Amino acid sequence: MSTVTRLAHNRVSLALHLLREGEGRPLLLLHGLGESSDPVVSSPLPAWPGPIHGLDFTGHGESTVPAGGGYTTEILLGDADAAIEHLGEVTVLGRGLGGYVALLLAGARPDRVRGAIIDDGPGLSGGPIEPASTAVMSLGGDGISPDPYALLELGRDLRPVDYALDFVRLATEAGAIVEPITVVAQFRPPWLAAVATAPGVGTGELDAALERYARL
Amino acid sequence: MIEEHAFPGAVAPARAYRVDADGVGIAVHEWGSESDPVLMLVHGGADFARTFDVLAPKLAAAGWRVVAWDQRGHGDSDHAHLYSFDADLRDAATVFDRVAGRSRVAVVGHSKGGAIMTALADAHPFRFGAFVNLDGIPYRRPGPDVPEHQRAGALGTELASWLAHRRRTAGGQRRPGTIAELAARRGMMNPRLPVEWLEYLVTVGGRHDSDGWRWKLDPSMRLGGFGPWRPEWALFRLAGLAVPFLGVLVGAEEPMGWGTRPEHVSQYLPRRSRLEFFEDLGHFVHIEQPDMISELIVDFLGAAL
Repeated sequence: MSTVTRLAHNRVSLALHLLREGEGRPLLLLHGLGESSDPVVSSPLPAWPGPIHGLDFTGHGESTVPAGGGYTTEILLGDADAAIEHLGEVTVLGRGLGGYVALLLAGARPDRVRGAIIDDGPGLSGGPIEPASTAVMSLGGDGISPDPYALLELGRDLRPVDYALDFVRLATEAGAIVEPITVVAQFRPPWLAAVATAPGVGTGELDAALERYARL
Repeated sequence: MIEEHAFPGAVAPARAYRVDADGVGIAVHEWGSESDPVLMLVHGGADFARTFDVLAPKLAAAGWRVVAWDQRGHGDSDHAHLYSFDADLRDAATVFDRVAGRSRVAVVGHSKGGAIMTALADAHPFRFGAFVNLDGIPYRRPGPDVPEHQRAGALGTELASWLAHRRRTAGGQRRPGTIAELAARRGMMNPRLPVEWLEYLVTVGGRHDSDGWRWKLDPSMRLGGFGPWRPEWALFRLAGLAVPFLGVLVGAEEPMGWGTRPEHVSQYLPRRSRLEFFEDLGHFVHIEQPDMISELIVDFLGAAL
């Protein structure tokens, strides 16, 4: 069972779930595209010493479903930042789309993110990395979660390699910790392949990455 | 009591109504006879439909049913939860559907409105009969090579400022002021426009609360920003357009606009195109020279359609 805290991000009310109590730095879980915070804390997460929180992104889980879409991953970065404003310093573990947002967060808030882990999950690829045809279509809005517009728009957001690497540079050059980003995903679309081989980025297994960041 | 602020040549729309874009109410304004051919007039960032109060009646007098809408978050349209270029495109397509179905219409877009219409002309070419782009061709100046760490540093600064804005904006509202104060604030971004015009805009783009005037523009919206999108990508879409195209560019430096010059875009102009360059005019060319620009548009559309 979980306790829900409501966080305001502009007109959206976000659901931040406390999944398990603990002592020390919180672990913030960011779900994949079309998912929501998983109430089950499954292996290897129980080994994390601190509290474990899961955030429902805009249009997902128990967070507000906006009218008329307009999603970008930058907005989800704002969602994650609202969680950091509430929790303070965190270690972040993101699945799929949440893994990409974890990268953005590590670059935007290097003083607050004590380790960002990028794991496999839905929405890891994103859309094209260069100008492509745009499908302009209305999906109809009925407030259901997950929002069809979230699935459409966040499934095709642009993730050029050099843009992703700018966030790696911001995270690593802040020098707050060694290897502030760890890639544990097996599947590596172009942006993630570049991130995984960039200087200052670690790769490996999820349990080892969690253990290392827990010791910081 | 509302103060009267007339402006020479400014005419309020003849009709106003709302269109529902998947739960976001879009305010549409029309000038001219309903039986005339449709001309869609599309405003830029931080503007609103009634910034066309001088240009639109001139086009209507020349025989066009002029249709302009406030983009989400702007003017009288709803403040949305989220904003994006794709959402603006979708809202535009919804207005086109309502006004013209799937028939081809004339389209005039200014600034960001020109950029949105360039993308829509690429995605939905079947909607366009002729297209005029008023200083709305995005371009990034090829400055000296910026080292990667400097580019990342600039992004870091922008990110911190944007996230601080996102944290502040929940429940925020715009600063109130007198008509003269709001006009003076807007004048910072529109230094070439007469103060009488800016004061007129306050009375049609602002609302009068008990503590003063406020721009209707959603306070969560912000000019500039960051993201993976490159301004020059619009040029690739421009090159592929088959619709008769008139591009207007200007030479005067201003806070708004991309500073695009003819040599930046000439190789990307579509085959059936014409480019006009006005060295001494600014980004709001249709407000500086409404007679000249309306004649240019009317002549071009007359020849193209």
